[in-house]
Amino acid sequence: MTYKYFPHTDEDIKEMLAKTGVDSLEDLYAEVPESIKLKRDYQLPEALSEVEIRQLFDKIGKKNHQLTCFAGAGVYDHYTPSVIPALVERSEFLTSYTPYQAEISQGTLHYIFEYQSMMTELTGMEISNASLYDGTTATAEAVLMAKASAKKANKVLISSTIDPKTLAVVKTYAHFHGVELEMIKAKDGITDKEDLQKKIVGNAIAGVVVQQPNRYGIVENYVGFADLCHEQKALFIMNSVPADLALLKTPGELGADIAVGDGQSLGIPMNFGGPYVGYMCCTEKLMRKMPGRIVGKTLDKKGQRAFVLTLQAREQHIRRQKATSNICSNESLMALWVTIYMSLMGKNGIKEAAQISYDGAHYLYDGLLKTGRFEAAFNQPFFNEFCIKYNGDVDQLLKRLEENDILGGIKVTEDTVMMAVTEKRTKEEVDHLISLCHE
Amino acid sequence: MNNKLYGNLTFELSHKGRIGYSLPKNQFGNHEIPADLKRDKDAQLPECDEMTVVRHYTNLSENNFGVNNGFYPLGSCTMKYNPTINEEIASLPAFANLHPLQSLDTCQGALEVEYNLQNDLAEITGLSDFTLNPCAGAHGELTGLMIIRSYHQSRHDDKRIKVIIPDSAHGTNPASAAVCGLEVIEVKSTEEGLVDVEDLKPLLGEDIAAMMMTNPNTLGLFEKEIPEIAKLIHDCGGLMYYDGANLNPMLGAARPGDMGFDVMHVNLHKTFSTPHGGGGPGSGPVGVRKGLEKFLPSPHVEKNGDKYTIIYNHPNHVGAFLGNFAVILRAYTYILSLGKENLKMVGPLATLNANYIKECLKDVYELPITGLCKHEFVFNGLKDKSTGVTTMDVAKRLLDFGYHAPTIYFPLLFHEAMMIEPTENESKDTIDGFIKVLRQIAKEAIEDPELVKSAPHNAPISRVDDVLAAKHPILTYKQLVNDNN
Amino acid sequence: MAKVIENLYYSESHEFVKVEGDFGYVGITDYAQHELGNVVYVDLPDVDDEVSTGEEFGAVESVKAASDLISPVSGTVVEVNEALEDTPELINQDAFSNWLIKIQLSDKSELDSLMDAAAYTKFCNK
Repeated sequence: MTYKYFPHTDEDIKEMLAKTGVDSLEDLYAEVPESIKLKRDYQLPEALSEVEIRQLFDKIGKKNHQLTCFAGAGVYDHYTPSVIPALVERSEFLTSYTPYQAEISQGTLHYIFEYQSMMTELTGMEISNASLYDGTTATAEAVLMAKASAKKANKVLISSTIDPKTLAVVKTYAHFHGVELEMIKAKDGITDKEDLQKKIVGNAIAGVVVQQPNRYGIVENYVGFADLCHEQKALFIMNSVPADLALLKTPGELGADIAVGDGQSLGIPMNFGGPYVGYMCCTEKLMRKMPGRIVGKTLDKKGQRAFVLTLQAREQHIRRQKATSNICSNESLMALWVTIYMSLMGKNGIKEAAQISYDGAHYLYDGLLKTGRFEAAFNQPFFNEFCIKYNGDVDQLLKRLEENDILGGIKVTEDTVMMAVTEKRTKEEVDHLISLCHE
Repeated sequence: MNNKLYGNLTFELSHKGRIGYSLPKNQFGNHEIPADLKRDKDAQLPECDEMTVVRHYTNLSENNFGVNNGFYPLGSCTMKYNPTINEEIASLPAFANLHPLQSLDTCQGALEVEYNLQNDLAEITGLSDFTLNPCAGAHGELTGLMIIRSYHQSRHDDKRIKVIIPDSAHGTNPASAAVCGLEVIEVKSTEEGLVDVEDLKPLLGEDIAAMMMTNPNTLGLFEKEIPEIAKLIHDCGGLMYYDGANLNPMLGAARPGDMGFDVMHVNLHKTFSTPHGGGGPGSGPVGVRKGLEKFLPSPHVEKNGDKYTIIYNHPNHVGAFLGNFAVILRAYTYILSLGKENLKMVGPLATLNANYIKECLKDVYELPITGLCKHEFVFNGLKDKSTGVTTMDVAKRLLDFGYHAPTIYFPLLFHEAMMIEPTENESKDTIDGFIKVLRQIAKEAIEDPELVKSAPHNAPISRVDDVLAAKHPILTYKQLVNDNN
Repeated sequence: MAKVIENLYYSESHEFVKVEGDFGYVGITDYAQHELGNVVYVDLPDVDDEVSTGEEFGAVESVKAASDLISPVSGTVVEVNEALEDTPELINQDAFSNWLIKIQLSDKSELDSLMDAAAYTKFCNK
C-alpha cells in the first residue's frame, strides 16, 4: 500500500504492530462491536492524481460564470492587493494552530494584536476581540451579550432595516437562547425613531440593533439613538460595513456599546460566500462580557514585550456551560488578511477606496436616472449601494445583463433593484451597464 | 522557525506620508458625503510602503510554527498535512470570483461542489444528508443542537430541555448546549475512562433532548458500550449527537450513523485536512440521519434532475450563505485525492501511530488507562514526579527540540494530562525522534529539573506572565502607547 | 493545608459568612483562593442589590478559572470591598480578611444550614 500522504512502509507497520502487541491493523479495532464495524468499501470514487484533480476542477469551474459585479447585499467586490494572498499562504501562518503556546506563536499573536488595534480605530471603539465567524453570527453574539449584561431585561429591539440574512440568524439564536425580539418599524427606508421611542421608553430592553449602511444601502443618521438607549439602560448595537467606516461616522462617535459586522469589504475575495470574518468591538466596560479570543500584551521572563491570549476565563474551555459563547476556532487567517489589507492601504488608502466606491455609485445612480427608465426608490442618502425603481421587469433586466457577463444587482422587489459600485469598477464598465439598462 | 524574536508592530513601522497601495484614478467625479454623516476623526491606521509591510509579515511568520515546520502532537486537533493542491484549487478564479447571490445558472459548478461534499460526508459517516453552513466545530455543535431542539419542538415535546454530556467532554459541548438554551447534565466516567452506563441510567427521562458524545472519547478510547448507550437514549425519546472532533480514527473502521448517532458535526479542519490557519477559518458541517433532513438549516443545496438548486426548507439560519466555501473546496479536493481506497487507511494508520508512541513511553510517563487506544491517548504527566516537574514544564521543554507541545491539562479527569495525537501522515522516523526527545526530557526531569522547569530556552521568547496580561489588559496599540507614558 | 477560621459559617461552594450583629461579611475561603490561583478580577454587585441564598451574586476570575460566587445567605448589599477593584490579588494574600460584600441579613435562620469550621474542614478533606 503506497500513497503520497502515508509514509508507512510494510516494514514500518510490521515493527510498530509488534511493539503494540497486535498482529494486524484490523486488530487495533478489536473492541469495536462487530455489529458496527464497517465491513465494506466507501461508495466513493477511487483516488484521483493531481493531474486528474486539475482537469476535474477545470471542468467544474467552467460551469461557473465570472461576472462583472454590481451586486452587494453584504458582499462587495473590493480590490485585493496581490501582497495579501502571498503572505497569508506562508505555511507558518496557514498551517499553524491556535496560539495557546505563546512562545512559538508570537507571529500569530502579534498580528491579532494589530487586527484588534485596527478594528478599534476603524470603528472608533475601545477594544476588539480576535474575530468571530461572520457578520451575521457576530450580530447574534451581540444580542446574546446584551441579554447577559442586562440585569433583568430579556428583550432586544431590532430595526427592520437590517439585512434579512442577519435578521434570520439573530432570530434563530434568540429563539433557542430565549431572548425576545421585537422589530422597529421602517419609514421611508430608514429606522422609524418614533417607533423606537415608543417601544423602548418604560420597557425593559436589553439592547437595540441597527445597521449602517442599512439593507437598502441607505446611510441613516443615528445621532441620538445611543442616548435614547442609555437613558433606558439598553445597549446600542451597530452592525456596520467596515470599509465604509473609512468615511462614515463611526459606531464609537455615535455612542455605540457594541460594534459588529463583517470584514469582507476589507479586501477579502467574494469566494461564493466565505470564509469572511466577523468583527466585534465594544466599550471597556463590556470587555469581560465579550465573546471570542482576545490577545493582550505582557512580558516574558526576560522582560521582552510579548503577546498572549488573555482573559481566557470567559471562554468555553474554562467556563464550559457558564460561558457566554461557545466559540473556539474563529477566522484567524481572515483576520490576518484584513490586517495586512489595512497595513497596506493604511490611513489614506481606505479613504480613497471608499471615496471611489461612493463616487462610482452616485455616478451610476445619476446615469440610470437620466435614461428615463429609472426613478428614485427612496429619498435618502446612500454610500456605495442604492435601491432604484425600474419601469420594466427587473428579472428580465438582470437576465439580459447576465447574458452580457454582468451581475447587474440584487432584485429587491418586482420593480426595485439594488446595485453597488466599488473601486474595481471602471468608468467603461459603468457606462456600459447604463447603456444596457437603457435598452 | 527563527528563534530570535522579531517583535515589531506595523504601527511602529509607520511614517506619515508613506503609502503602500495603488488604486485607479477616480473617474467618477466628486460627490460630497453629507457633513452630518461623515466621521469626525480619521482612523489612525499605519502608513507604510509596500516592502515594509511585506518584510514585516514575512518576519512575523518566522516566529510561528506550523504543521509544515514539524510535528504537532495535539490531541483532539488532528494536525494532519494540509495538501498544497487543496490551496491551488481553492484559489481558482472560477470559484473565488463568484458572488454568493449570483443566479443559480451561473454558479452550477460551485453548487456541484457543495452537493457532492454533502453526499460524500453522508457516505463516510453513515448519515443521510449534511449542511455545510456552520463555520467551525462549535458552530456545528450549536447547529446540531438546534436541529435536535427543532425536532422535539415539531413534535410539541417541549419539556426536553436537558442534554447529557460526559464529564470528559470538550468545553464547547456544554457551552454550545448553554447557548442553545439547554441544561447540561454530566454523566461520570468509569475507572477505565468510558461513559459509566450505570451512572447514565438514572439520568434518563422525558426531559432529555439528547446526549452529546464523541467516540473515541477525549481519552482516545472507543466507547464500546455505544450500542447500549444509543438504545437507552433513544428509548427515553432523546437523540444521539456525535462530536466529530475525533472522527479521524474511524475512517475505514466504523461510521457514527451505524453506531446509532442521529446528528453529528464534522471538523473539516481536522479530519479533512483543511488548514488550521492559526485559529480558523474552519468548517463544521452537520449531518442528520434519515427522517431529520427537513430540520437542516437554510439555505441548503439540492439537485433537481441535473440542475443544482438552493432551497430554504427551515426557518433556522446559522449563517448568511452556504458556509466557508473556500474551506469546503479544500475538503472536497482532499476526499477526491484520497479516494475510497486511501480514506479507509487513515484510521488504522493514525491508530497505529498513537498506540506505538504509548507503548514506547509508558515506562517513563504515567499511563492511567492501559490497553488499546485509538488515534490519541493521555499520559498523566511523568511517572516520577518527585522533582516537581509538571506537564507544563515538559510541554515547554518539547518546544526546544522543534516539536509543538501536545494538548495539556485536558481532559480534566487527570490533573497532569498530556493528550498526544500523531496523525497518519507522521512517519516512523518522526515518531521515533519524538519518543527519543520525550525520554530525554523524562531523564532531565530527574537529573536537571531546573532546565525543564525554566524551558523553553530555544524559542523566540521565554514563558510569559499571563497573570499580568489578565490583571492589566492592554489590548490595542493605543492602550500600549498610553501605558508606556 | 488550607486555613479554616473558627466562628465563621461555611458553604459547600467555599464561601464564608462572618456575622456581626445583623450584618454578614461574605467572602471566599482560603481553600477556594488556592484552587483558583492568582485572582485577576472580581465581579461584585452594587450597593443596594438584593442577594439570595444559593444564588449567584458575582464571579471571581483567575488566569485559569472563573468561579461564580454563590451567596450563602439572603439580604441587601450595604458595602462592597472596593479595594479589590484595583488589587484583586489581596484575596490570595488573605482570603478571610479580604471579604467581598457586607450584607444586611434578612433571615438569620439561614445560618443554621451552613457548616461550622470543623464540618467545613472535614468537607474539604473528603
